[in-house]
Amino acid sequence: MKILVALKQVPDTETKIKVAAGGTSLDPADVKWITSPYDEYALEEGLRLKEAKAAEVTTVSVGEEKAKDVLRNSLALGADNAVLLKSTETGDPLAVAKILAAYAEGKGFDLVLFGNKGFGSDNGAVGAMVAELLGLSQANLVTKLEVGEGTFRAEREGDGGTEVVEGSLPAVITAQRGLNEPRYASLKGIMAAKKKTIEEVDGATVSAAMIVSALTLPPARPEGRKLDGDAATQAQTLLGLLRDEAKVL
Amino acid sequence: MILVFCELKDGKIRKASLEALSEARRLSGDAPVAALFVGTSCVGSNDAATFGADAIINVEGPALGAYSSDLFAAVIADAVKAKGATALLGAATPLGKDVLPRVAAKLDAGYAAEVTSLALVGSKLQAIRPVYAGKAFATVDFSSSIQVASTRPNVFSATECPKAGAVETLPVPAVDFKAIVKEILAKGGGKQDLTEADVIVAGGRGLKEGANFKLLEDLADAIGGVVGASRAAVDAGWGIPHSMQVGQTGKVVSPTLYIACGISGAIQHVAGMSGSKVIVAINKDPEAPIFKLANYGIVGDLFEVLPELTKAAKALSLAK
Repeated sequence: MKILVALKQVPDTETKIKVAAGGTSLDPADVKWITSPYDEYALEEGLRLKEAKAAEVTTVSVGEEKAKDVLRNSLALGADNAVLLKSTETGDPLAVAKILAAYAEGKGFDLVLFGNKGFGSDNGAVGAMVAELLGLSQANLVTKLEVGEGTFRAEREGDGGTEVVEGSLPAVITAQRGLNEPRYASLKGIMAAKKKTIEEVDGATVSAAMIVSALTLPPARPEGRKLDGDAATQAQTLLGLLRDEAKVL
Repeated sequence: MILVFCELKDGKIRKASLEALSEARRLSGDAPVAALFVGTSCVGSNDAATFGADAIINVEGPALGAYSSDLFAAVIADAVKAKGATALLGAATPLGKDVLPRVAAKLDAGYAAEVTSLALVGSKLQAIRPVYAGKAFATVDFSSSIQVASTRPNVFSATECPKAGAVETLPVPAVDFKAIVKEILAKGGGKQDLTEADVIVAGGRGLKEGANFKLLEDLADAIGGVVGASRAAVDAGWGIPHSMQVGQTGKVVSPTLYIACGISGAIQHVAGMSGSKVIVAINKDPEAPIFKLANYGIVGDLFEVLPELTKAAKALSLAK
């Protein structure tokens, strides 16, 4: 069984977002880069399948030189191979999906795992797009995955409940929190990963379907007011304000 | 033409779908807007006329009883092609977010998720959407000939604008689909999804234990809201499911009213709710960062304040 896990390098989720000169992108100064949190669940699931079913796990990332850090980390955690698809960030999920699909096409992956969205652009689109481009089944926001012979059964967060999706392999699965508890790299793993090579391939040339033409910070919220009195008075005042001033009740 | 993928729930068009339809109407001016419905039955779709649909397209059949992303994507993409639509909108509901990216890839179209503002520049869509979990906003310009966007619930207004709503049907394409929803395990008890809720009452570590969420439920019932939680509450082992979590690693919500109870206002929580129109914070710590965001703040003991609020709300019968 062959598994491909797509990883995205993103700013640490605690990062204070600043806009770079030019006004269209994130100011990378002082940004700590990490593996997108949901991608960690995808990688962990791949590694568990490797242990349970002797699967081969390849990790892949679309990005620039620095994205090798997340790939190196995946090798430390137990991935067999890691591939950097060299490309510059476009902010277009379809372009990223096309680069990933062009790489995966014909390589015989049974499962392609993603986080349900990459922190930052937050489109939650690349997994489903890769599924469509490669003609695969998909299950998104998966919290439990069982892989059988040529089939899968996934539990996912659906519309107001847990949905069970059954489908054929190969499939695209996007991971949601709850799928598993990601492991930490061992010192032995980290040392071994240093000796492994990360394959570097030029990402397929694709035209962008959209561009980010401006990045702005949200307006500051106006100063609020604190309500005085005992609990009963505060409650009465609040409901009055919500109804008559804010008009939201 | 703009085509709007609309969802029905219990024979009624979902509010989030009406918002997308209204926005399409507003963008289109005199140009036509079509509303698309997909399911075993499309009874209820006629109401789309009231909200600006010149045409209502129903794709009905027993094969559409259970959700299959590849089949639904084929149905929607076929409708876009059949109508010659250049833009496709849908609400960013769980189903919309699942199927629309797949449709976009099928149509070689750019896709922007959870947009909060839309415009037509020339003949193409321009969208503004939150990125970095709402810590910033990106303006995206499309260059693809077809453009697809999902609209964030509770951001656009659903406004009546009656049009002809001429009903037509399209056949269900013969697709040998590859995956399908087989069963639904835990129903959400008929409660609205947090991302679509108008009013959210959320609790954090200050609730002290899971059983105390009853106080939030009581208030939510009294004012017609849904209960949410901070990551601290979900991680505390109180039996609060992750599906209730609001924040960067949970749901990003944009209700009209967000009442944060016993939530300090960690950056990761704020990222998920700062798009709320009106924020109320109830916390015993006057220095809690949540008060910086709150339109109205109550420094006090939530175990005293919440029952008073519920009692007062019931007296006013505020539940919608």
